[in-house]
Amino acid sequence: MKVLVPVKRVVDYNVKVRVKSDGTGVDIANVKMSMNPFDEIAVEEAVRLKEAGIASEVIVVSAGVAGCQETLRTAMAIGADRGILIESDADLQPLAVAKLIKAVADKEQPQVVIFGKQAIDDDSNQTGQMFAALQGWPQATFASKVVIADGKATVTREVDGGLETLEMALPAVVTTDLRLNEPRYATLPNIMKAKKKPLETVKPEDLGVDVAPRLKTLKVAEPAKRQAGVKVADVADLVSKLKNEAKVI
Amino acid sequence: MAILVIAEHDNQSLKAATKNAVTAAAKIGGEIHVLVAGSGCANAAAEAAKLAGVAKVKVADAAHYADQTAENIAALVVANAAGYSHIVAPATTNGKNFAPRVAALLDVAQISDIVGVESADTFVRPIYAGNALATVQSADTVKVITVRTTGFEAVAEGGSAAVEAIAAGPDLGKSKLVSRELTKSERPELTAAKIIVSGGRGLGNGENYKTLLEPLADKLGAALGASRAAVDAGFVPNDYQVGQTGKIVAPQLYIAIGISGAIQHLAGMKDSKVIVAINKDPEAPIFQVADYGLVADLFEVVPQLAAAV
Ligand SMILES: Cc1cc2nc3c(=O)[nH]c(=O)nc-3n(C[C@H](O)[C@H](O)[C@H](O)COP(=O)(O)OP(=O)(O)OC[C@H]3O[C@@H](n4cnc5c(N)ncnc54)[C@H](O)[C@@H]3O)c2cc1C
Ligand SMILES: Nc1ncnc2c1ncn2[C@@H]1O[C@H](COP(=O)(O)O)[C@@H](O)[C@H]1O
Repeated sequence: MKVLVPVKRVVDYNVKVRVKSDGTGVDIANVKMSMNPFDEIAVEEAVRLKEAGIASEVIVVSAGVAGCQETLRTAMAIGADRGILIESDADLQPLAVAKLIKAVADKEQPQVVIFGKQAIDDDSNQTGQMFAALQGWPQATFASKVVIADGKATVTREVDGGLETLEMALPAVVTTDLRLNEPRYATLPNIMKAKKKPLETVKPEDLGVDVAPRLKTLKVAEPAKRQAGVKVADVADLVSKLKNEAKVI
Repeated sequence: MAILVIAEHDNQSLKAATKNAVTAAAKIGGEIHVLVAGSGCANAAAEAAKLAGVAKVKVADAAHYADQTAENIAALVVANAAGYSHIVAPATTNGKNFAPRVAALLDVAQISDIVGVESADTFVRPIYAGNALATVQSADTVKVITVRTTGFEAVAEGGSAAVEAIAAGPDLGKSKLVSRELTKSERPELTAAKIIVSGGRGLGNGENYKTLLEPLADKLGAALGASRAAVDAGFVPNDYQVGQTGKIVAPQLYIAIGISGAIQHLAGMKDSKVIVAINKDPEAPIFQVADYGLVADLFEVVPQLAAAV
């Protein structure tokens, strides 16, 4: 059974991005780029499935600029077997990415595709669900536990009220939540090994996918800044300010 | 032009998030219909019919909608999408689960988590954990939208919409609910609470979280929240998490106790009206957004606070 994991290259989660002064976007020149944290969790989960003898091969795929090769190498250092770069300089929006991944999945025939629940740059939280819909597959989003056995996935999901567990036949889509696992650190020998793993590059045109954006960004602005308030001396001072000044209790 | 709002409910009653979604729909402009898909959900439908500005409530009542599985709900929405310019759902875990499926099946983009409506095709949404606000315009014929509830007021009651039964779609049988462990609580729901008492790693363990924060929350009639670190460490269940990847809240008063104020946490609470931070580290970033900061040992001051309010 093959497992496919789409990984996105994003601005590192520790970077506080700045909005460009002309309002056309955020400034990502010279900032640290990393694998989307949820995708690291997805790769880790897939590698564990392989280590448990459930998956035969873990394939990682990334759509975007040439720099995504780095992200794919990181995934291979965690333990993925090979990578596919869908190279494009275009603004790839979730629907386009879902279609690109579909083209790859149609060729590779994975039984499980594990996405991150959300890319921390666009915060869309769409691509896995869109891919599942395009395939007509079941989905288990926001997973905190995944069990694959007997051609079925049993997945515990983090939902607003608590947890729920779904069961579905394979092939299926899983999207990861933060508590699914803790990704391992790639060791130096594994980073070296990853450099020799196969990495294939294709273009959206090769896959026959129209990636034209559907949403046009008219403007990117900084949110209203919150002013830091005051330091209070003690609890009595705090309570008095909440009662008399803020009037919230 | 008509707008279809997908109701969030638990088959008995309507969830508050639906009301914020209806407000967003009203800002877009056009006749508002609400779809209630569930099992034995007549009461939820009746509640939806009372929302101001709602012209019609469509009810699909069938056993296979009881658990809101994404595959069945999305298929039903798509089957009923004709004639609507916008399909709107709250950006809850449920809305986030099925809405992108609807969009993909209609071959349109989804506009996630909107906090503003500029016009019928242009919306404002946060990106990069709320560090930027993007204004995006959709060229698609149908706009599939999820609504961040803190971006819009809840719609008032006062409507009396017609309630109409519609045919259920087939049970696709793609996924099956095995079990549900919902956190039981007498407290207000986190996303609808006026006051939230929220705890972080500084509390040390779950026992401390309970013994220190619960009395304070009880006194204030507050909901309880947490940072991811507190959830990860097992102090509290996952549904307490506030932040970029947890719940987005904007209460009248948010009290952050033993929380450092990472960007991802701020993303979930910085639109609160008043923020109080209690932290022993005067340099903690949470103080940069707090209206009232108390630099102190939480073990000492939280019991005092509970006694004083
Ligand atoms: C992709 C991604 C998504 C994330 N999403 C979220 C999210 O949605 N929500 C979220 O919260 N986090 C999220 N995080 C995690 C986030 O980056 C931080 O790690 C987390 O918020 C830290 O939690 P904390 O403030 O409780 O812990 P810490 O950062 O460890 O802070 C603990 C604080 O307690 C204070 N303290 C300790 N003892 C005392 C005492 N006795 N009295 C008073 N103060 C004390 C300390 O001074 C410190 O400031 C995410 C991270 C990633 C990578
Ligand atoms: N350009 C991309 N390349 C590969 N995977 C992606 C890409 N964009 C999104 N994804 C996957 O889809 C998930 C959700 O992204 P989003 O819908 O953009 O929030 C991510 O966590 C990735 O697993």
